[in-house]
Amino acid sequence: MDTILECKSLTKKFKENTALNDVNLSIGKGRIVGLLGPNGSGKTTFIKIAAGLLTPTSGDIAIGGNFVGIETKKIVSYLPDHNFLTPWMTVEGMIKYFEDFYEDFSRERAEKMLENLSINRKSKIKTLSKGTQEKVALILVMSRRAQLYLLDEPIAGVDPATRDYILRTILSNYDGDATIIISTHLISDVEQVLSDVIFINNSQVVLCDTVDNIRDTYGKSVDEYFREVFRC
Amino acid sequence: MSWKFDSVNPIFKQIVDELIIRIIKGDYKKGEKLASVRDLAVEAGVNPNTMQRALAEIELTGLVETKRGDGRYITEDSDIISKFKSEYTNKNAVQFLEKMKEFGFTKEEIIEYLEKIDI
Repeated sequence: MDTILECKSLTKKFKENTALNDVNLSIGKGRIVGLLGPNGSGKTTFIKIAAGLLTPTSGDIAIGGNFVGIETKKIVSYLPDHNFLTPWMTVEGMIKYFEDFYEDFSRERAEKMLENLSINRKSKIKTLSKGTQEKVALILVMSRRAQLYLLDEPIAGVDPATRDYILRTILSNYDGDATIIISTHLISDVEQVLSDVIFINNSQVVLCDTVDNIRDTYGKSVDEYFREVFRC
Repeated sequence: MSWKFDSVNPIFKQIVDELIIRIIKGDYKKGEKLASVRDLAVEAGVNPNTMQRALAEIELTGLVETKRGDGRYITEDSDIISKFKSEYTNKNAVQFLEKMKEFGFTKEEIIEYLEKIDI
């Protein structure tokens, strides 16, 4: 299996708090991976390190054979868990911004998705509802022809019908070789598009397996299994 | 056609079962070309790897064949389709009878009862 992301003994500490503790992972190309875990388990920290926004306290992380840095940012498309759009800009303005910034941005893809979701390109970001802003953010991120997509809570704020559309968009728009890492709590919604899942708890990876294997081994869905493992 | 999945069985197995049913029912015709892995994956809303695995699996049954460089086709062989059809019918009939026996009916009573039903 060709690897896109590999980390060895990855650890991140914020003063006395350990956000990630000795994480070892290898994620293959062409996979759609669910990063699942309770609140505060370290999901966002992991994604931020992979996106190059945080530096690890110790350990290594490489994407496409390079340590995280300028080279990896070219091939990684990152959707933060908070709103990153500029409120006074129009949707079209944001598209231009992304076009300028990223060589791999496809305007064609972006326009097609905006049209399918009936989002007007002339609208100002701040006039759009929270859900629509989330859609625009996801469209911008998915319009890059990246090798690794890091989506932090991509569907949390949108209605179920749009959720379905977005998942289909993710399926039909990513190149077969690209890998997508999705962190989410909405496991049952994303479960059938995932090939693998990573369970993370108390800063450590507790399970890393394919969805089919989990269903085969435990005779239950990943969602049910998650509830069992993380019962409060 | 919409796809529905239960939350217990591996999804690729459910896809295989659904494909078999669609072929038996004639939703997919003999000799018909199947859509690409990606299009089928998007239609079913599943991971392309999962669809790929399901298609590889169903090829083992002989119901679907790959033509090199030209995608996958439903078999032209009526015998294989009939074989799966009778297996499927048998499986469902047995399940039904077992369930009715749990309620205390004899086979004769069930047959008598079935004859009265109009569908």
